[in-house]
Amino acid sequence: MEKSLLAPGHRACAGCAMPTTIRLVLDAAGPNTIVVSPTGCLEVTTTPFPESAWCVPWLHSLFENASAVASGVEVMLKRRGKDTNLIVIGGDGSTFDIGMGSNSGMFERGHKVLYVCYDNEAYMNTGVQRSGSTPFCAQTTTTPPGSHSQGNPRPKKDMPAIALAHKVPYVATASVAYPVDLRRKVKKALQVNGPSYIQVNAPCITGWTFDAGTMIELARLAVESGLWPLMEYENGELTGVKKVRRPKLAAEYLKLQGRYKHLFKKAECADSLRQIQALADANIARYKLVD
Amino acid sequence: MSEKTANMKVVEGSYAVAHAVMCCRPDVISAYPITPQTHIVENLSQMVADGELDSEFLTVDSEFSALSVLVGSSAAGGRCYSSTTSQGLALMYEVLYNVSGMRMPIVMNVANRAIGAPLNIWNDQQDAIGARDVGWLQIYAENVQEAVDATLQAYKIAEDVQIRTPIMVCMDGFVLTHVYEPVELLDKEKAEEFLPDYQPADILDPAHPKTFGAFADPSTFTEFRYQQFEAQQKALIKIEKVAREFEETFGRYYGGLLDGYFLDDAEIVIVTLGSVIGTIKDAIDAMRAEGKKVGLLKVRSYRPFPVQALRKALKDASVIAVIEKDVAIGGEAGLVTDLKAAFYNSNIRSPIIGFTAGLGGRDITIKDIRNIVAKAEVARKGIQSEFEFLNLRTEIL
Repeated sequence: MEKSLLAPGHRACAGCAMPTTIRLVLDAAGPNTIVVSPTGCLEVTTTPFPESAWCVPWLHSLFENASAVASGVEVMLKRRGKDTNLIVIGGDGSTFDIGMGSNSGMFERGHKVLYVCYDNEAYMNTGVQRSGSTPFCAQTTTTPPGSHSQGNPRPKKDMPAIALAHKVPYVATASVAYPVDLRRKVKKALQVNGPSYIQVNAPCITGWTFDAGTMIELARLAVESGLWPLMEYENGELTGVKKVRRPKLAAEYLKLQGRYKHLFKKAECADSLRQIQALADANIARYKLVD
Repeated sequence: MSEKTANMKVVEGSYAVAHAVMCCRPDVISAYPITPQTHIVENLSQMVADGELDSEFLTVDSEFSALSVLVGSSAAGGRCYSSTTSQGLALMYEVLYNVSGMRMPIVMNVANRAIGAPLNIWNDQQDAIGARDVGWLQIYAENVQEAVDATLQAYKIAEDVQIRTPIMVCMDGFVLTHVYEPVELLDKEKAEEFLPDYQPADILDPAHPKTFGAFADPSTFTEFRYQQFEAQQKALIKIEKVAREFEETFGRYYGGLLDGYFLDDAEIVIVTLGSVIGTIKDAIDAMRAEGKKVGLLKVRSYRPFPVQALRKALKDASVIAVIEKDVAIGGEAGLVTDLKAAFYNSNIRSPIIGFTAGLGGRDITIKDIRNIVAKAEVARKGIQSEFEFLNLRTEIL
């Protein structure tokens, strides 16, 4: 295998899916690539001055402006006649929440930028607070379970649908556990003459609490349970779905994670567990995940 | 002022500034509409639409995104321009620090306007004075011609490798953006000679991958800040140098850091910035005719704050009155506070009194200037009131 464009020695946690995800994205994109990142785990673990793990040009400005910054890079690349891959790589906090205005602007203006969200479903860099991406009932430090709470009271925001509503020509979900699928989607997205969006399920060992050695297994279970369907949309049409050969119950995915353990301790959480299974079943039906 | 030339035209201030921006040949312009900045960016859009200006013009979702776009374009090696005011500048606040910290030589015209609440679209300088510490250089224009000339000068200052600091060229909203007055528009060829194409030191280039915007821990953060501080000190020399170079090419000069009016023998000196200077000069003319030794010191460069030049210029004043269109709510106001700080360790011991005036577009008249001079005459013998709101309507309080 060729040398990775994300050098070892970065400071991400052992068992974190993020650096693996980034390496897969960069492998697919190759060295003729510029990356823009918002503030987050990725930024702080890879660029402590004067060190950098990036072997491609990399630009960070703020938490909520990566898409606007990338828009500015893109117009200059076009102006200079450069055919360079341009990728934003950001976490779910900047993608789903604080950077939404900037993302909307970039999508709507049609810049040729691939936006990759490594989605670990909460504000992990600041200590696991709830984001708009946090799933139903997940425990975070701002949605703790208690006598009046079963964790996050709201379902996860449907960010791919938001991208689709902007007529983003290529929208896909991917998973760190399916590297061939992820690399293929990145290559496809980079061929699009306009914006593209890929949302990658990226388990966070600190926020989700699981055994470091089970990260890939956990990500695979998210797909096999139907909670993280792998799909792709081209020009608004659903063109690809990864079929699930060995379907699993949602509970199998949930019970490996500390952020859901309260659901298995209290009898009154049974209904919440049923609701989560219903979310998975709805995905299985909607995307025809199981033959 | 030089002799009038064929380029002298009666145009709106916003058009004149847009024309100056065109002469600076920015690669990327990004802006969001806000009164009273709109005419500047509308004119630039038209120039791009007509092929008169070869720039990428991005219409974006907010002022925050407008300046963020330029972070990307600047990192990719482009000369960048924006314009905003008031709430828009406030919305940019986080990006303002980012641009200066990343040492990007972006130029922005600020069409100075009040900040709400209460909502008010008229001119004062609360917006830019409130952003005095964000690491940008700030030049204040007295009239449209100065705004035009300062816009061209700004790129030459900002892009100097020793400076590499963004600049706000501040012009009073409506008073200068919407006024029609005779202006000598810049000659494109001369402007190109004065300001060659931008040669960025570092750019995003896959052949030479570099990391931009790394985070700095306590062991290095202070040194990053110090370098910005040092660059502002170097700008004190550069601003003056560029003003003189501009004079050689274009024949106009009105001070680099500061400029005086009847300053040499003045006993009472008014210190201020921006378009109110025109009114003050008329008031001084009238008072001089009456034998009053009143003079004016114009602060053209507010950031960097020219401490030594101010000490030199004001050493013989027997009383100093500062007029400004901002208020540091809970303190006094920006210019008067900075001026007092500049003098504390000097041997200047003349009384300094401060006036907040013209907030939210209220007119400052010749009568007001006379009133201030009368108060200064009193203060000369002993300060009665150190800081006050001029023309406060006590009947509606």
